[in-house]
Amino acid sequence: MSDETKRGESTVKSYIAVWAALLVLTAVTVTTASLDLGKIAIIVVLAIAAVKSTLVVLYFMHLRHEKRIVIKILIPIAIALLAIFIGLTYSDIMNR
Amino acid sequence: MSIERETPGTGREAVHEGGGHETVGNGEHVGGSESGRFRGSESGKLGMWLFISTEILLFGGLFLLYAMYRLKNPADFHAASLDLSRFAGTLNTCVLITSSLTVVLAVFSLQRDRAKDAVRYLAVSIALGFVFLVVKGFEWAAKFEHGLNPNASFLATQPKGVMLYFGLYFTMTGLHAVHVIVGMTILGIFLVRIRRGTITARNPTLLENAGLYWHLVDVIWIFLFPLFYLIS
Amino acid sequence: MGETVGTAEGYVPFYADKTKRPGILGWITSTDHKRIAMLYLVSVIAFFIGAVILGLLMRLNMLIPGHKIMTAQDYNAMFTVHGIIQIFLVVIPAVPTIFGNFFLPLLIGSKDMSFPRLNLFSWYLYIAGAIIAFIAVFSNGGAVDTGWTFYVPFSLKTSVNVPLATFAVFILGMSSILTGINIVTTVHQLRAPGMGFFRMPLSVWGFYATAWVQILATPIIGITMILVIMERLFGIGVFDPGKGGDPLLYQHLFWIYSHPAVYIMILPTMGVISDIFPVFSRKNIFGYKMIAFSSLAIASVGSLVWGHHMFVSGQSDLAGIIFSLLTFLVAVPSAIKVFNWLATMYKGSIQIEPPFLFALSFIFLFTIGGLTGLFLGALSANVQLHDTYFVVAHFHYIIFGGMGFGWFAAFHYWLPKMTGRMYDKKTAVVAWLVSFVGFNLFYFPLFVMGWEGMPRRYYDYPTRFNDLQTLATVGSVVLVIGIFLMIWNLARGSLKGEKAPANPWGGATLEWTLPSPPTSEDFEEIPTVTTGPYDFSHREKTE
Repeated sequence: MSDETKRGESTVKSYIAVWAALLVLTAVTVTTASLDLGKIAIIVVLAIAAVKSTLVVLYFMHLRHEKRIVIKILIPIAIALLAIFIGLTYSDIMNR
Repeated sequence: MSIERETPGTGREAVHEGGGHETVGNGEHVGGSESGRFRGSESGKLGMWLFISTEILLFGGLFLLYAMYRLKNPADFHAASLDLSRFAGTLNTCVLITSSLTVVLAVFSLQRDRAKDAVRYLAVSIALGFVFLVVKGFEWAAKFEHGLNPNASFLATQPKGVMLYFGLYFTMTGLHAVHVIVGMTILGIFLVRIRRGTITARNPTLLENAGLYWHLVDVIWIFLFPLFYLIS
Repeated sequence: MGETVGTAEGYVPFYADKTKRPGILGWITSTDHKRIAMLYLVSVIAFFIGAVILGLLMRLNMLIPGHKIMTAQDYNAMFTVHGIIQIFLVVIPAVPTIFGNFFLPLLIGSKDMSFPRLNLFSWYLYIAGAIIAFIAVFSNGGAVDTGWTFYVPFSLKTSVNVPLATFAVFILGMSSILTGINIVTTVHQLRAPGMGFFRMPLSVWGFYATAWVQILATPIIGITMILVIMERLFGIGVFDPGKGGDPLLYQHLFWIYSHPAVYIMILPTMGVISDIFPVFSRKNIFGYKMIAFSSLAIASVGSLVWGHHMFVSGQSDLAGIIFSLLTFLVAVPSAIKVFNWLATMYKGSIQIEPPFLFALSFIFLFTIGGLTGLFLGALSANVQLHDTYFVVAHFHYIIFGGMGFGWFAAFHYWLPKMTGRMYDKKTAVVAWLVSFVGFNLFYFPLFVMGWEGMPRRYYDYPTRFNDLQTLATVGSVVLVIGIFLMIWNLARGSLKGEKAPANPWGGATLEWTLPSPPTSEDFEEIPTVTTGPYDFSHREKTE
């Protein structure tokens, strides 16, 4: 029982750590946006957003502990598909 | 060779020759009489994740439009983004992130059979969702005042990139706000059901799935925030 | 694959189950997957008949140049409503919701779908979508005249009720997504012991691949339709060139879903065909894994070819070349399937039965449709053929000749199991022959006219097309006679036909181990599967 309490405590601690990390990353992304980074700014803010959402998905949505492959690959598939949709549309829109 | 065994609560596990390892929900094997019985938690979880991937692609269509129009009008998008309040956007980001934490703590509490804590955390989450909507409402109201809403005569005098920016801004944050409202409704229903004792530590999957939906709403906002508020 | 269940004592077919509520309530509140399938069957067939009649009216309008039975505006409304009904209310849902709902659990040895109530809810959404679509058709401003594609900018300007029609499409899309989620979850969670992925009947692979397309592509049409509504109501400007929007992005978003939608139509039918050929050839399927994987290949590559609908829209040359190349790639897995079906029949012990005849004509018509698709996929030929009758003929050969005839094959194959009664086989063969001949008389001349430059969606034509137009109209009448004869024969057989045995065709898949029709519970005991789906060594017909 005390084992479970301990595990429970460490789980709660990890949730709070992730929450803190998300807030820190939010601060970082707001700060970088006010610097003049030029063209790479969009890449930086999107990279930070990707890290933040990965944290949410892995820890809050518990994908980290997910054993089933079909659930693990769902989000990567959806995002890859969207990336391909955007890429193919880009091949039209930006090449007229 | 086929081994079957009954595991109460988690459904029947079947280990079989060709199919590897599958968990089968008990209740789902009886069409029409599944209510009140334990529903296969694994099925519910897979179904929820499938639904989440459809939501990603629903917003994906809008992200596609956003990407194309921003690439075509980078300067206009930057100029238009200066009209948004970075403070409000950052505040709302923190609010949603915190509500995600309280939702995950609610699920955690319910799994540990601490229903009262779960109810408290859910109440905080719903309140935070409400704060988010209020802040959003003030932002929208300010845009309407400045004539930046679609069909406003002032917006019609602006460059085309600015018009597109605000068209997308209202569509995407509006659709997101609809999801926040739906999420709050779902969390509210679960709050009531936990208090009534129809959702307990024995069947936490439904609340887990509601939590997944709320986190999805959070994740989408995590992308909307830099795309609309942080253009440099 | 388990033992054949005889007609045991106390056997009650699912439609006579006394534990359900009486009358129509027992149907529209039941979460039994078989009852939901029957609800879909009745509604889809009703819409199908309606849309066929609209198509026939358009054909009659084209009989004599200059002598019209309707105005140009009516003609626009006709082909729009015909398209909306056939695409969104008939061919997209037809096979997954009727046969998927009824047979998927039986084929994998389960007692129901994963989410029975969600399943019933998706039928309600389907009916709600249909009702909204009909309100849109008959509301103020007249019937929708945009074509089923709702292309902007016309759909933003026309006075008819476009927002309501697109909202109907959105609702129907939700219904389709829920069906897809149910099918994927069921296949993953509810397979009987021993039913590994590579022991699943190929129809299950067809439903499974389709369900993935339904889940991943349908949200895109959902958001596109919402954007059209927002554009009409609030003027958000994303498709309005006056506000910087790009109308071509509408076409992109529309076809990102609507091209894969063609595979939502054809993939489950291909699966059913893959089940039919081994049974009537008394031979294992040739290249099981290739057919299974080619379904997934079609589903994935098919999602990346949408730009071939836009070759002459003004899209970039680069995009044109990429989409043309990808389009040719889809032909490969489709051809693999055709070769495997032919190889399955080779040296088989063929039994000529109605389902087999329909399946054969499926291959013939689908191949013509597929090969003419390659003409259209070639950039240069497309410039000549775009928006002509050639395109109309091509997609009718795929959707009607392919999906439609495959659907009819499925009816003749599975209806005895669903209703417990056998239709008249001789009438079925006559109906097949009449509709097959009528189909080719109707649509083949359209290829020729399209090649010669007859544009689609015109309500009149120059006199030099008179002979071919007349031939096509005669063909359409023959086709409709054949179809109505078939529907009448199936309906009469279902109500008054001879009692069907448990296994009339000698199939080896699990549904044939159940009595015809199955009970509400389907399997008294979940079977344990020890052989593949096409192992006929221990399986005999029951008379």
